[in-house]
Amino acid sequence: MASAEIRNKIFDTPETNYLNHTRGWKSWAFTLDHKRIGVMYLIGVTIALFLAGAFALVLRWHLFWFEGGFLSNEMYNQMFTLHGAIMVFSFIIPSVPAALGNFVLPMMIGAKDVAFPRMNLMSFYLWIAGTCCLAAAILSGYGLDTGWTFYTPYSIETSTGVIFATFGAFILGFSSIFTGLNFLVTVNTMRAPGQSWFKLPLFLWSLYATSIIQILATPVLGITLLMLIAERTMHIGIFDPKYGGDPVLFQHFFWFYSHPAVYIMILPAMGVISELISVYSQKRIFGYSFIAFSSVAIALLGFLVWGHHMFTSGQSPMVTLIFSAITFTVAIPSAVKVFNWLATLYKGSILLNTPMCYALSFIFLFGIGGLTGLFLGALSTDIHLHDTYFVVAHFHFVMVGGTLTALLGGLFHWWPKMFGRMYNDMLGRISCFLVFAGFNLTFFPQFVMGSRGMPRRYASYDPEFQIFHQWSTFGASILGFGILMSFGVLLYAAFYGKRCGANPFKAASLEWQSSSPPDFHNFIHKPILHDPYDFDSQVYDKDLDTYIPRELADPKTVPPRREPVHH
Amino acid sequence: MAVVDTDNILEEEHHHHEPFIAHHFDDAEQQFDSGKLGIWLFLVTEILFFSGLFVAYTLYRIHHPEIFEQAHHFLDKRLGALNTIVLLFSSLTMALGVHAAQNGDNKKCGLYVLITMVCAAMFLGVKAIEYSHKWDLGIFVRSEFSYHPHTAEPFHVSPYLIKLSVIPVLLLVGFIAASFFARASSKVALSKFMGGLAITVGGYFVGVLIGMTFMALTAENEHAQLESPSQAPLVLRALTLDDDKHDDGHADADGDAHADGDHSHADGEDHAHGDSHAKSPDLGRDVGIFFSIYYCMTGLHAIHIIAGIVALAWIYWRCLVVHWRPDYFGPVDYVGLYWHLVDLIWIYLFPLLYLID
Ligand SMILES: [Cu+2]
Repeated sequence: MASAEIRNKIFDTPETNYLNHTRGWKSWAFTLDHKRIGVMYLIGVTIALFLAGAFALVLRWHLFWFEGGFLSNEMYNQMFTLHGAIMVFSFIIPSVPAALGNFVLPMMIGAKDVAFPRMNLMSFYLWIAGTCCLAAAILSGYGLDTGWTFYTPYSIETSTGVIFATFGAFILGFSSIFTGLNFLVTVNTMRAPGQSWFKLPLFLWSLYATSIIQILATPVLGITLLMLIAERTMHIGIFDPKYGGDPVLFQHFFWFYSHPAVYIMILPAMGVISELISVYSQKRIFGYSFIAFSSVAIALLGFLVWGHHMFTSGQSPMVTLIFSAITFTVAIPSAVKVFNWLATLYKGSILLNTPMCYALSFIFLFGIGGLTGLFLGALSTDIHLHDTYFVVAHFHFVMVGGTLTALLGGLFHWWPKMFGRMYNDMLGRISCFLVFAGFNLTFFPQFVMGSRGMPRRYASYDPEFQIFHQWSTFGASILGFGILMSFGVLLYAAFYGKRCGANPFKAASLEWQSSSPPDFHNFIHKPILHDPYDFDSQVYDKDLDTYIPRELADPKTVPPRREPVHH
Repeated sequence: MAVVDTDNILEEEHHHHEPFIAHHFDDAEQQFDSGKLGIWLFLVTEILFFSGLFVAYTLYRIHHPEIFEQAHHFLDKRLGALNTIVLLFSSLTMALGVHAAQNGDNKKCGLYVLITMVCAAMFLGVKAIEYSHKWDLGIFVRSEFSYHPHTAEPFHVSPYLIKLSVIPVLLLVGFIAASFFARASSKVALSKFMGGLAITVGGYFVGVLIGMTFMALTAENEHAQLESPSQAPLVLRALTLDDDKHDDGHADADGDAHADGDHSHADGEDHAHGDSHAKSPDLGRDVGIFFSIYYCMTGLHAIHIIAGIVALAWIYWRCLVVHWRPDYFGPVDYVGLYWHLVDLIWIYLFPLLYLID
C-alpha cells in the first residue's frame, strides 16, 4: 500500500517528461534517450513510407490502362525499383524494431535506456545517411532500374546509379545491425531484478529473435554489396560472367540475407500482435512458451530456405527439393502463433478498439499471405506462378498486410504512452476499415491475374487483365487514403487529443507503469514486476482515472484477486 | 509475487555514480558484461562479413582447382610468414596490455599497446611491398590482369609503393610536428600521444624495409625460375606464353622495354609450347580471379588492421591520461578481442592463399 501522494507522483501526468525536459533542436539531434530516438525513427520511417507509397500509387495509376499510362518504360522500371528499395531497406526493416521497439523495449524490462545509447543514435544517423544515398540515386538523375534485388549481370551493366543505391543499402545494413546488437545486449544484461526470460513480454522475444537475424544475416548482405560495387568498378570477375564470374552466386548471397530479412520484417510485427491480442482480450496469452520459441524457430529455420527464391535459376533438383521441404517447415511455427492468438481470443473479453481492429486485420491478412506462400514453396506450382503477380500479391500480404498493419496497430496501442494523449477511436477504426478494405481490393485481384499468367514488372499488358488492374488501382488509392487517415488521427491526437492516464488499457507489462508520457529516466519508482499477461494485477484507480498495480492501490478500494487462470 | 516495499518505492533523486559508469547502468559489473557481450556479437558480425569472401574462395577453388593450385606461386610465402609472425607477436603484446590494464598499470599497458600498434603498421608496410611488387608485374584483379614477368634490381622502389606511402609520409611528418608543438605548449600527454603515433607510422617504414630485404633475397630465386621454365609452375609458363603472344604485335615497337624479360625465357619457349599452351589457353587469364579474391580478402583485412590501429590509438591515449583501473578496463579488453579476431582472420588467410597445394 502506498499513500495517495506517492501514487499521484508516480502515475499522474507529469509536468516535465522526456518530450519537454530539454528543448531546442540540438536536444533532439544529440539525444541519447531511446524514447526520443524511437520518435525520430518513427518520423523518418513514416516519411520513407509516404515517399515509397507515392511511387506505388504512380505505378498503380500507370497500370490502370493496359497499354500503360504516363510513364516511359525506363521510368516505370526506375519507379518500381525505388518503390521496392525504399520500402524494404528504409521503411519495413527498421519500422517496428527501430521505431516502436526502441521506445518500448527498455521500458518493458524496467531499464533506463538501451545498453549502448550512442550506438543507438549512430544507428539513426546511419539510417538517414543510407536513405539519403538511396534518394541520391533519384536526385542525381541516374535513377535505378535493377529492381530492389540488384541482380547481376544487369546491375553491373546498367548505366543507372547502382553504386549510390547499393552503398545506401550497405549503410542501412549497419544501421540495422546496430539496432539488433543493442537489443540483444539490452535484453540479456539489463532486465529488471527478478525478470526471468519467461516473464518477458512476447514482443521482446520476437525482437530478440529478430535481432539474432539482423546480426547473422546482415553482414553477408554487406559483403555482397561491397563485392557488387567492386565488380562494377573493377570487374573482379566474381559475379560477372563476362570475366568468368557466377551471377547465380550473387543470387545465393543476396537471398541468404534477404530471405531472413523477411523475418526481420514480420517477426517484430508478430510480437506486437501477441501484445495487442492479449491486452484487448484481457486474457492471459495462450501458449506463451510456444509463441516465444516459435519466434526463435522461425528465426533459425529462416536461414535454411533462401534457395526457394531460385527454383528457376538452375539449381540442382536435389537442392531445390530440400529448400522446398524446409520452406514448408517454416509454416509450422507460423501456424503455432496464429492458433495461439485465436485461442487467446476464445472466451476473452474482447475490446474492439482501433489497435485490436488492426490486430484482427493482421491475423486475417497474414494468414492469407502465409498460406499463399505454400503455393510458391511447392516446386510444381512455383514453376507456373514464379515472376507473376501472384508473387507480388503474396509478399504484399505478408509485408503490408502483416508488418504495416501491425505497425499501425502498435502505434495506436502505444501512442497514449508515447504522447500522453488519446486518439479518436471511431476515426481510428474507420482508418483501419479503409486500410483493410483497400488492401484486399488492391491485392486479391493480383492473385487472380497472377495465377492466370500476368507477369510482374511489366509496364504494359494484355487487355484481358485490365479489369483486375483497375480494381487493384482503386484499392491502392483507398489503401493510401486509409494509411494517410490513420497517421492523421494519430498526429492530431499527439497535439490535441484528450489527456490520458498511465495505463488506460489495463495492460500489465512494465512500460505502462511509467507516467504518460514517461519521465526522461522512464520510471521515477522501482517498477513492480508482474507476469506481463496477468491483467488481474492491475486495478482501477478512481482518482487517477487509470489502472495501477494492485500493490500500490488504496487497500480500501481494491477488489479481491480472481482465481489465477491455469492452462 | 515478492512482497513490495511500497514505502521505499521511489528512486532516490540523486545518483552517486562512479565517473566511468554510464547513468543507465546499475553498476560496473553490468556495464562490463554488456560491453563484453556487445563486442562478442560484433565479432560474430565481423566473421560473417568475411564469410561471403570465404564462400566465394571455396566455390572458385572447387570450380577451378588448377588455378588455385598454381596461382599461389605468385605469392611470397616468406613475406606471408613474416607477417603472420608479426601479427602473432602483436596478439601477445595485446594480451599483455589487457593484463596490465586489469592491474591498473597504465604505463605498462600503454607500452604494450604501442608495440601492438607498431606491429600492425609493420604488417601494412610488408603488405605494401607485396602489393606494389605484384602491380609492377601486372598482377591485378581479373579484368586488368596482364602478367609481364621481369625481375627488378634489389631495393628497386616501385612507383606503386611511392603512391601507397604518400599518406604514411604525411602522417609521420604531421605526428612529429604535432608532438613537438604539444611539448612546446607543455601538454605532456598529448606530446607523448603524438610521439607514439609517429613511432607507429615509423613501423610502416620498417615493414617496407624488411619487405624489400626479403624481396632482394628472393629475387635470385625468381630469376632462376624464369630462366628455366620447365622448373617453373605450370601457370607461370602459361602466362609467359600468353604474354609472348600478346607482345608479338608490339614488342618491337615498344623498343627494348621488355628486352630483359623476353630474353630470359626465350630458350624455354619450345619446351613449354607443347603441354601448357595447348592444355589451358584460358589458364593465364583466369588466374585473375584468384587475385580478385586475393585482393578482396587481404584488402578487407588491411582495412580492419587500419581500423584496429585507430581503436588501439584511442586505448593508448586513455593509458596516457591514466583511465584504467582494476574495476574499469573494459574498453582495453574489447579492443583486445577485436585485435585477436583480426589476427585470427589472417591466420586463416595465410594458408588458404599462400600455402595451398
Ligand atoms: Cu524467401
